[in-house]
Amino acid sequence: MYNFEFERPTSVADAVKALGQEEAQPLAGGQTLIPTLKQRLAMPSKLVSLSGISEMKGITQEGRTLVVGAATVHADVAADGTIAALSDLAGNIGDPAVRNRGTIGGSVANNDPSACYPAAALGLGATIVTDRREIAADDFFTGMFETALDEGEIVTAVKFPQPEAAAYAKFEQPASRFALVGVFVARTGEGVRVAVTGASEGGVFRWREAETALASDFSAGALDGMAPEADDMISDLHGSAAYRAHLVGVMARRAVAAAR
Amino acid sequence: MPQVSMTVNGKPASGEAEGRTLLSQFLRETLGLTGTHVGCDTSQCGACVVHVDGKAVKACTMFALEAEGADVATIEGQAAPDGTLNPIQQAFQDHHGLQCGFCTPGMVMSAAALLKENPKPSEAEIRDYLEGNLCRCTGYHNIVKAIMAASGQDVGALAAE
Ligand SMILES: Cc1cc2nc3c(=O)[nH]c(=O)nc-3n(C[C@H](O)[C@H](O)[C@H](O)COP(=O)(O)OP(=O)(O)OC[C@H]3O[C@@H](n4cnc5c(N)ncnc54)[C@H](O)[C@@H]3O)c2cc1C
Ligand code: FES
Ligand code: FES
Repeated sequence: MYNFEFERPTSVADAVKALGQEEAQPLAGGQTLIPTLKQRLAMPSKLVSLSGISEMKGITQEGRTLVVGAATVHADVAADGTIAALSDLAGNIGDPAVRNRGTIGGSVANNDPSACYPAAALGLGATIVTDRREIAADDFFTGMFETALDEGEIVTAVKFPQPEAAAYAKFEQPASRFALVGVFVARTGEGVRVAVTGASEGGVFRWREAETALASDFSAGALDGMAPEADDMISDLHGSAAYRAHLVGVMARRAVAAAR
Repeated sequence: MPQVSMTVNGKPASGEAEGRTLLSQFLRETLGLTGTHVGCDTSQCGACVVHVDGKAVKACTMFALEAEGADVATIEGQAAPDGTLNPIQQAFQDHHGLQCGFCTPGMVMSAAALLKENPKPSEAEIRDYLEGNLCRCTGYHNIVKAIMAASGQDVGALAAE
């Protein structure tokens, strides 16, 4: 690992100021960033730790909206339970030690194509709050490892509207424990949303055909025989594009059946 | 070089650390606490699990400077000062929960974190909690048995696999 300066501010304002330096980068739980640094795939001049910023931690309820601070670790979201599907998802990320360090902000900012949280954010129609604006999940995830964040912009919280019913079904890649395919289904006052992770070359996406089918009949049977096109699916040693497309249909049906 | 101070196994500890110094490296090389093992250095194996402010974390995937002011517990602090093993360690010995012993410090620290959260875990809960702790020798069965025994549960019913 190349060396870097290390700073641990105690407020969002100070973190943003510290990130003004050329090649400075935020550090959250480090569960993705530290392995990346070890492989010398990143070379920041400075890491700005977000772990000392108490205003970015914790979970609060504002009416029917759950506000999760970006520096909240997966274990705390798992223990919360206000939105059962979200807590279940958090409780199945990696292993306990990963869940004690990894944060929701780090996960959405990283937008790994196989990560779980992007599916929850897109599936629930969440809003990503940053130090300077609010971005709808539909506009936030722009491609594999790509987001709408500007240079030096940090995610401070994620706001989730409470769904009527929701569930996440994950088919684990057994070695990494990431999602080979994961589908988050939510029925909300504004309709049904189906978000798919792990499958597409473009990262997390909404499966619109399934949303339409479920809008008139919210049952697993409504998706019988359906699967998205395999054209844009990831193909690697863990699974071919056709296999992933098939799994999307299977996991979507399981998620609908489990939704509560 | 920056200085970092923390409490390790109940005693104050401090030393120099670069930005990139990992907690595992600080514990082993600066403090000489080599019981925290580094098996993979890629957050897969769990041999390096320690507790930071009471929570199990992989010391190979946390920077030492992030532990400033924290309360750190390692395998060295598990036995009593006179060398008497704690109930988890004793159960590992009694139930043959280790062979080469490389994974054991991480297994014991993960087990301690589990039993604090869930004093009487089921076999399935133990296996689930140990998802991030790999063992190349035992086949896990005796580790699971040891943890059940350490939590005061009858292990006679656990099938010998
Ligand atoms: C063994 C293992 C298994 C895992 N399994 C899963 C899994 O099953 N599912 C899953 O979804 N994930 C999994 N992960 C990834 C884990 O969830 C990470 O914690 C997460 O992806 C990154 O969060 P972090 O807080 O560790 O971020 P970091 O690693 O600290 O940062 C990740 C990136 O985001 C940036 N960043 C961090 N916080 C912010 C912020 N607030 N604003 C802007 N940018 C920010 C950083 O600069 C960096 O580029 C696994 C990881 C490991 C090691
Ligand atoms: S050495 Fe830390 S997880 Fe393997
Ligand atoms: S006893 Fe050898 S690795 Fe577990």
